[in-house]
Amino acid sequence: MSIKGKAYLAGVYEHPTRDAPDKTTAQLHAESARGALADAGLTFDDVDGYFCAGGVAGFGAMSMVDYMGMKNVRHMDTTETGGSSYIVHLHHAAQAIAAGKCSVALITLAGRPRNGGGRPGGGGGGRPPVGLTDGAPEQGFESIYGGSTHNTYGMCAMRHMYEYGTTSEQLAWIKVAASHHAQWNEHAFLKSVVTVEDVLNSRMIADPLHLLDCCVVTDGGGAVIVTSPEVARSLKRPLVRLIGAGEAPKLQMGGKGLDLTTSGAVWSGPAAFAEAGVTPADIKYASIYDSFTITVLMQIEDLGFCKKGEGGKFVADGNLISGVGKLPFNTDGGGLCNNHPTNRGGITKIIEAVRQLRGEAHPKVQVANCDLAIAHGTGGSLGVRHGAATAIMERES
Amino acid sequence: MSEIMSRPIPAPAVNLETKPFFDAAAEDRFLIKRCNACGEAHWYPRTICPICHSDDTVWEESPGEGVIYTYSVMYRSPTGPYAIGYVTLNEGPSMMTNFVDVAPDGLKIGMRVKVKFQPTEGGPPVPVFAPI
Repeated sequence: MSIKGKAYLAGVYEHPTRDAPDKTTAQLHAESARGALADAGLTFDDVDGYFCAGGVAGFGAMSMVDYMGMKNVRHMDTTETGGSSYIVHLHHAAQAIAAGKCSVALITLAGRPRNGGGRPGGGGGGRPPVGLTDGAPEQGFESIYGGSTHNTYGMCAMRHMYEYGTTSEQLAWIKVAASHHAQWNEHAFLKSVVTVEDVLNSRMIADPLHLLDCCVVTDGGGAVIVTSPEVARSLKRPLVRLIGAGEAPKLQMGGKGLDLTTSGAVWSGPAAFAEAGVTPADIKYASIYDSFTITVLMQIEDLGFCKKGEGGKFVADGNLISGVGKLPFNTDGGGLCNNHPTNRGGITKIIEAVRQLRGEAHPKVQVANCDLAIAHGTGGSLGVRHGAATAIMERES
Repeated sequence: MSEIMSRPIPAPAVNLETKPFFDAAAEDRFLIKRCNACGEAHWYPRTICPICHSDDTVWEESPGEGVIYTYSVMYRSPTGPYAIGYVTLNEGPSMMTNFVDVAPDGLKIGMRVKVKFQPTEGGPPVPVFAPI
């Protein structure tokens, strides 16, 4: 597939300012976006793909999509190649459009090097506004309150319990299931099988999350090779192919209708399932991001493995244990017991799904005839702003 | 468990768009941003409305009252337990904050709270909320 003729440049705008002592960098991004959308005859609500370089303030694309209130963005890219980034973005946007991943892509650049808020372009030179910063637009209203992953996910668990009656016992079952798997993994950081009582009796970290509701902190790494069907078939490894993928940020968008019990999986999941042409009921093995027990529970609901609010019942009584329950999950022990390298668990989610599809998981946790698997992740915090990503893989026989 | 929670708060990052908010905070006034085009209030304050994208946004003084949407008491803290949470303001938007003047076991979702300003280390005061 080529991008030739698959993508059109419908709107452009060069911001008229050359010296902006009176505007933030985020504002310049938004004003530029407004200009290009107006030029095209489109609105912010039409934008479903967003591209910016790594120098953008805050949490990259997510902070900017949130600031600009673009509620329909389902594809993001923050590739950084310096000044050429925006031409790379044009190429990547065309690829995304050609693949049907988005239909209106917005690319923005902004910065204020003359005014000390020069991102991108460094802070050197210029006139720094006295006492003022020009970083992430949300900075002055969030980080000051001592939010960490623990207590921002704690807020999600607290609200989920309030809305749906979810219990600490039900959350504990997620850790119990992970520990049953980790006991067979020689590399697992925590290899001991734990009970519901062990979780409930561990010390409270961020109410209602106990120590054992939290993932491990580990050094480490991982890597993945993705290749063409032709190259894959020339190799001596089992054939595992990607058949569907989706992604979406979930943000606060001005604080209207805040909902901390739902994740971006409600968008990334259906997109991935639709592309793959399968349903949650078809999945044999699930890698589900497990920074905390509540992370797993919310994502399982949002991916459609059970109804919203019924995640507590679904995960209880060993339903996530391989060979015991209906949805074997994180058979390497997951982030909760095995590994959460550099506090980023997405790559280990892919790796264990590939092991399962190849039939190379530990025999004690290998799912029989595992020919269809999902890997789903959440980055950032479910309690503040996050990016959800879903991938569906199958074994080709 | 019954001690009243408090937490030292670092200076907030203030930028050109949010300076009026923190200037008002120094005078014990709580401002929110509202959009003249769509009529909606939003949080955190921006020049361009995140809901309808108009740049016709204005500052509005608010009594700073609302209800607790959710919270979590953080025990992994060298300065003692503290509560982070979200308040849904009477004007509509929800905002992140700390809850103060309350014991760790004294909070409930749905509880009515009101803003007060807490001094920060070397910066303007910031909004925190206490039960009414």
